[in-house]
Amino acid sequence: MLTLNINGASKELDVTPDMPLLWALRDHALLTGTKYGCGMAQCGACTVHVDGQPIRSCITPVGSVAGKAITTIEGVQSTAAKAVQDAWQTLNVPQCGYCQSGQIMSAVALLEKNPKPTDVDIDQAMGGNICRCATYPRIRAAIHQAAKTLG
Amino acid sequence: MSIINLSRREWLKSSAVAGAGLTLGVYFNQALAEGAAATPAAAPADAAPAAAAAFEPNAFVRIAPDNTVTIISKHLEMGQGVHTGLATLIADELDADWAQVKVEDAPADSRYNNLFMPMQLTGGSTSIANSFMQMREAGAAAKAMLVGAAAVLWSVPVGEIKVEKGVVSHADHQATFGELANLAAQQPAPKDIKLKTPDQFIYIGKNNLRRVDALAKTNGTAQYTQDLHLPNMLVAVVAHAPTFGAVVKNVDVSAATAIKGVVEVINIVNAVAVLANDFWSAKQGRDALKIEWDESKSFKLSSADQLKLYQELASKKGAVAKQTGNAEQALSQAAQVLTAAYEFPYLAHAAMEPMNSVVQLKNGTCEIWNGDQAQTIDQIMVGKLLGIDPKNIKINTLLAGGSFGRRGNTNSDYILEAVRIAQISKREVPIKLVWTREDDMRAGYYRPYFYHVLKAGLDKDGQLIAWQQRVIGQSIVANTMLAGMAQNGIDPTSVEGSGGGYAIPNIDIELHTTELGVPVQWWRSVGHTHTGYATEVFIDELAVAAKQDPYQFRANLLANQPRLLGVLKLAAEKAGWGTPLEGKRGRGIAVVESFNSYVAEVAEVTVRDDGTYTVDRVVVAVDCGWAINPDVVYAQMSGGVGFGLSAALSGKITLKEGKVEQSNFHDYTILRINQMPKVEVHIVQSAEKPTGVGEPGVPPIAPAVANALSAVTGKRYYTLPLPNQV
Repeated sequence: MLTLNINGASKELDVTPDMPLLWALRDHALLTGTKYGCGMAQCGACTVHVDGQPIRSCITPVGSVAGKAITTIEGVQSTAAKAVQDAWQTLNVPQCGYCQSGQIMSAVALLEKNPKPTDVDIDQAMGGNICRCATYPRIRAAIHQAAKTLG
Repeated sequence: MSIINLSRREWLKSSAVAGAGLTLGVYFNQALAEGAAATPAAAPADAAPAAAAAFEPNAFVRIAPDNTVTIISKHLEMGQGVHTGLATLIADELDADWAQVKVEDAPADSRYNNLFMPMQLTGGSTSIANSFMQMREAGAAAKAMLVGAAAVLWSVPVGEIKVEKGVVSHADHQATFGELANLAAQQPAPKDIKLKTPDQFIYIGKNNLRRVDALAKTNGTAQYTQDLHLPNMLVAVVAHAPTFGAVVKNVDVSAATAIKGVVEVINIVNAVAVLANDFWSAKQGRDALKIEWDESKSFKLSSADQLKLYQELASKKGAVAKQTGNAEQALSQAAQVLTAAYEFPYLAHAAMEPMNSVVQLKNGTCEIWNGDQAQTIDQIMVGKLLGIDPKNIKINTLLAGGSFGRRGNTNSDYILEAVRIAQISKREVPIKLVWTREDDMRAGYYRPYFYHVLKAGLDKDGQLIAWQQRVIGQSIVANTMLAGMAQNGIDPTSVEGSGGGYAIPNIDIELHTTELGVPVQWWRSVGHTHTGYATEVFIDELAVAAKQDPYQFRANLLANQPRLLGVLKLAAEKAGWGTPLEGKRGRGIAVVESFNSYVAEVAEVTVRDDGTYTVDRVVVAVDCGWAINPDVVYAQMSGGVGFGLSAALSGKITLKEGKVEQSNFHDYTILRINQMPKVEVHIVQSAEKPTGVGEPGVPPIAPAVANALSAVTGKRYYTLPLPNQV
């Protein structure tokens, strides 16, 4: 049994410490918004925040994040998160949508650190997130729009 | 031609032109007859009995007393926006408020067949094209019944009742759809359905709609097959054979079964499955299996051997796919003859959601949960395996995290794998088969490897007088229930688009169909992925040889193809074709008709001093007839550019002694945000019937980029993917 702090609540999960956080979230906490895409930190579909930092949950042993604040797409609630989700919806960013939880978590983390990102900043922060539908132009536009909303 | 005044019959007749849709339909009938598994032909918009709780005027609309309008989608939403598209058609004719509209997936049932083919299938970019009239009629019929109910309730003439944004009104009376639902259910279905004229459209053709799935896909609540958790469900992770065609000789399960959470190991002959309580346990169990494989009958070629084999075939005459005039003779009289050979690799679909499926076999019944692209085929295949009437295979369609054709597998490969695991285990609980990325990448069903040789002749004035194209590759329909699509040795999907729409007096298109042990399948835009490249790159080379501008050369040859010419001109104009670019920059153009839509693209590239390059800007012009959701058309064109560019820059599955060399996104790289060009999309204003947009954005991008690079370097690029340095 491991105790995790997920989206502000304490949860006891019957998992071994070496299980990747991704699968503890998906199969044990039943938070399926965080996606499996590659299992080797190549695609970013599994991005969540640990103590506010974006991390790839597919290669993060769940034991290493016990006691830390884990935030998933289901629980992300900051002002930046709201602005990002609004922009994503207004600009119709998602196509298949499978990668978008990870895209949004990366975008929120970017804006929380850098409220006025340039295109180069966006390339760097979002370069680890693959979108097979290539929604990239709208992802970029939505990040700029969210930044504008945040003032 | 007006799109409004056609009867359904005329509509279907005029829509099902000689594209893949029709051919698929015709030959699938044979397959159905042979399999004795025919589902009855579609009875479009036939009335389902009205439930007490909700108003269900037909199979596609349900209006609940709580004022929700539920659209039942017969097509899989895999990113292409079809849930939004079908809802747009119904909501417009119904005059619903967009905010009250929800979409759910239809069950597997012949009422939900694709009207261009006698089966339920999402593919060939036909969804909107086949549904355009059907969905509008469904919405209009529902509206007529709501109005009829209001007329009875208020004792006023039908003709005086107004419907606007989900509210029915007359002078002092007003009611929501929900308030009228029960009464409307008692109204007779209208005999003559009156559709709107285009000036009355409120959603169709407008850019005022949010995608119906935008919210769920941004807050984590969208449900994909991967996300399903059912009571007592087990997860299966499989060990696939190292080479195609290998079978299990011996398996040592001791280490696997010792892992906590592992329930059972199941040998399904061509794979071994580990069943566990969760994915991670199942995967650890799978990785701990010690399997001895019998590879005596498996496919063992390497990619280099395959190229040699194809080159040998290229020197021999193939089956004739198309013949006009006498190309051989014309070539002998040509002032200039050019030849070229093009090589195209196997390509993986690599949808973000690796293939998966949930199956439950219980008391002789079978229920499947799947992002299902071809319900009728899957019912037949699963029914055959289990000895159950296909109609009784229950399929729950869920959102798909991408597909690009992969989930419309004519052998139902991954679904059958899940069913076999369930069948052999004899467990009556739901079993979720989950492929890892590596399993997905190495499971085959690729866009086939193709090789083309081309020869063309120009006369002394630079006129194109002869075109020979010999295509070599595997058939994607061979040995499937759609094998009948191939006639006289020609699988139309292998050669479609060869030679483009150009006015060439003498043409030979030939095909060698190879049989290799690597499973192949349709991949977004199918044959056009390679025929479009070979044709458009060769045309460019011919233009230069003829000392003509590549745009003008094409335009001259398309004088009798107004829609191809239209998009070509529009793209060139918007891209500033002919205006100078500074430094080592260049433009390339390509135009391809696919799935009855017309797309031209102009790419701008910058080549750096070290030969690496960037694709900076792509201008797209598309003619897809009446654009139902211009915003979705933009998204599909832009996404098609990105998808095609990904393949052009680095997409390549290779084999070494039969083993697939790539496994994950580090060695099968996908386009990333920093590589995505700026994309501008221009939609031709058209009153023609709507045609597809899911696939047609893909074919022109690779040749447009290659031609742009050639404009800078003067070299030609005959192999995909393109080199990293030019």
